[in-house]
Amino acid sequence: MTDKERLDLYARTLRVRKIEEAIADLYPGQEMRCPVHLSIGQEVTAVAVCSNLKKSDYVFSNHRCHGHYLAKGGDLKRMLAEIYGKAAGCTGGFGGSMHLVDEAAGFMGAVPIVAGTIPIAVGAAFKFKMRKEKRVSVAFFGDAAVEEGVFHEAANFAALHKLPVLFVCENNLYAVYTPLRERQPEQQICGLARAHGIPSSQLHEGDLFDLSGKLRGAVAHVRSGKGPAFVEIFTYRWREHCGPGYDNNIGYRTCEEFESWKSRDPLERTAAILRKAGVLDAETEQRLEKKIAAEIGEAVKFSKAAPFPTRKDYDKRAYA
Amino acid sequence: MRNSDRKIKYSQAVNEAVSQCMESDPAVFIIGEGVPDPKGIFGTTLGLKEKFGSARVMDMPVSENGVTGIMIGAALAGMRPVMTHQRMDFMLYAMDQLLNNAAKWKYMFGGRSVPLVIRTIIGRGWGQGAQHSQNFQALFAHIPGLKVVMPATAYDAKGLLVSSIEDDGPVIFIEHRWLHDTVDYVPEEIYRVPLGKCGRPRSGDALTIISHSYMTIEALKAAGILEKEGIFADLIDLRTVKPLDLASIFRSVKRTGRLLVLDDDWKTGGVAAEIIASVAENGRLKLKKPPARITLPDVPTPTSPALSKFYYPGTKEIISKAAELLGLNNGKKLKLLSRIPANILQDVPDRSFTGPF
Ligand SMILES: Cc1ncc(C[n+]2csc(CCOP(=O)(O)OP(=O)(O)O)c2C)c(N)n1
Ligand SMILES: [Mg+2]
Repeated sequence: MTDKERLDLYARTLRVRKIEEAIADLYPGQEMRCPVHLSIGQEVTAVAVCSNLKKSDYVFSNHRCHGHYLAKGGDLKRMLAEIYGKAAGCTGGFGGSMHLVDEAAGFMGAVPIVAGTIPIAVGAAFKFKMRKEKRVSVAFFGDAAVEEGVFHEAANFAALHKLPVLFVCENNLYAVYTPLRERQPEQQICGLARAHGIPSSQLHEGDLFDLSGKLRGAVAHVRSGKGPAFVEIFTYRWREHCGPGYDNNIGYRTCEEFESWKSRDPLERTAAILRKAGVLDAETEQRLEKKIAAEIGEAVKFSKAAPFPTRKDYDKRAYA
Repeated sequence: MRNSDRKIKYSQAVNEAVSQCMESDPAVFIIGEGVPDPKGIFGTTLGLKEKFGSARVMDMPVSENGVTGIMIGAALAGMRPVMTHQRMDFMLYAMDQLLNNAAKWKYMFGGRSVPLVIRTIIGRGWGQGAQHSQNFQALFAHIPGLKVVMPATAYDAKGLLVSSIEDDGPVIFIEHRWLHDTVDYVPEEIYRVPLGKCGRPRSGDALTIISHSYMTIEALKAAGILEKEGIFADLIDLRTVKPLDLASIFRSVKRTGRLLVLDDDWKTGGVAAEIIASVAENGRLKLKKPPARITLPDVPTPTSPALSKFYYPGTKEIISKAAELLGLNNGKKLKLLSRIPANILQDVPDRSFTGPF
């Protein structure tokens, strides 16, 4: 990767962080009237995976979808307008934060039913194979999703038919307030995929470039037509499960655990690498932040001013 | 009616029912995603783990389908599981186990029943949208072999949950998220409210309004407004939507001759449709006006707050329909409508709620 490419990748991750922080700041204003599941702390996963994808590749996601959407190139204005419930939103105000979509960017949809989009991603890969398209379909999901039967059914089918699908499990150690150890026996999640005959690897969040590099092989494998691949990436959600604040005070995880993950902030580590390499100086950092803040400010202004959907939009949407 | 001097929340009433059933029967246990977590299913399971230990108050993997089957097996073998779902949408993964096995086991084999309670939570508002606030009572009521219970008050929540846990068949026990914080007089000792018998929170001769769960709250608000104009509605709170207490419904409709049914579910094939069909089939009931129903429209739930006002019916819709059924003139109708408090937000239970659920 050239310095410029590395800086660009970092900027994309910083942008996701700043956008979600802005959402957290604005949420108490009572105008974003839908659940939000922030991925602050987990952003590098989304950016590292998507840095290896093409626009024509597909991404499917879950409830914690903002990062996936933005990393795949989803439109920011339409995302914020959606969270504000506006007609200009990416679903027109029908889906909210948990149902983002931007087909033009290859972000095919997010749904909050755990594991819900895993078979859908496999189905898209099935089409790619049937039509001999060299495209990749990606399913993002959390550590809880492998507990659903539908994950295993989809993984088996994908392996059986050698489908071009990349399974990305973001293992942040919790499902809501329930730790992994209370839901799964001691085992490796990626071992489950291996048992389905899918090449699998366990990756530690590390820095962005390291992660992006490690994912390159997995995406290349999938694109080459050799079948699916599975990656389990360890990561950590900083904010509360759902909502803008923090929830370390309620007692399901310790402050020490939180602080220890936070002190290893992958975004900050990535910045440190760039600083050391002389690619990111204070002036560049300021310039990046200013640019991102301006973009967010404009998108927020746009979203707040945008009109709400009307009765007519509502009636038009019904199908059967 | 006042059953006690003690007022507690609906969520506490649910908690108490589970707790008292666990005390009296060692076969009873509770399992569900988040049951022992610090938020305790909107408060309904708080303190249970401390009281009964983690062998009887359990979390579970996010595996609704498999665990439902496992609970059916445990029930067949002699346990009385109470399984919970924070949202009804999540239990769709378990449809096969519930519909094919739980509902049919006793009938197919002529032997053991499945004493399983599925506590599941429905809701509305705060942009929860298409997959996080669905109300599926009709779907389950359609299935022979399942009972479907939908309490509207804390008193009923406790008494009906005790009856459900003690019932020998599978029961789908549906709580409404907007009811969890409502308070009512609830006796401390264990008591039962029978399944299949409706409640009658208001009596009158002008028209029959049938409701259940959260819509009973809206019905009560509407009835209060009608009363101010000297119109007394007969309110029937179903409590149980399967089996339906048709005898009580017929008795009321016979007296009033006007029927309005409320249901927080989609229109087509719903509980309201079933009630109206049953009334229509009864040749001895003469209606003065065609029966009416207020339901959700037949579209998935939108998220925008601007759309929630087209989606969720409330007091205004009930008053308007009631006025129509009563043949009131426009002036009278407007007078009634003017009594509804202004600035009601359709997407929150009250203005103190600042989201998210
Ligand atoms: C089928 C289903 N069951 C339960 C839920 C409730 N729920 C919402 S998010 C969540 C936890 C998901 O955990 P994970 O997949 O690890 O993702 P994370 O939230 O940690 O990013 C649960 C159980 C749901 N949305 N869908
Ligand atoms: Mg998780």
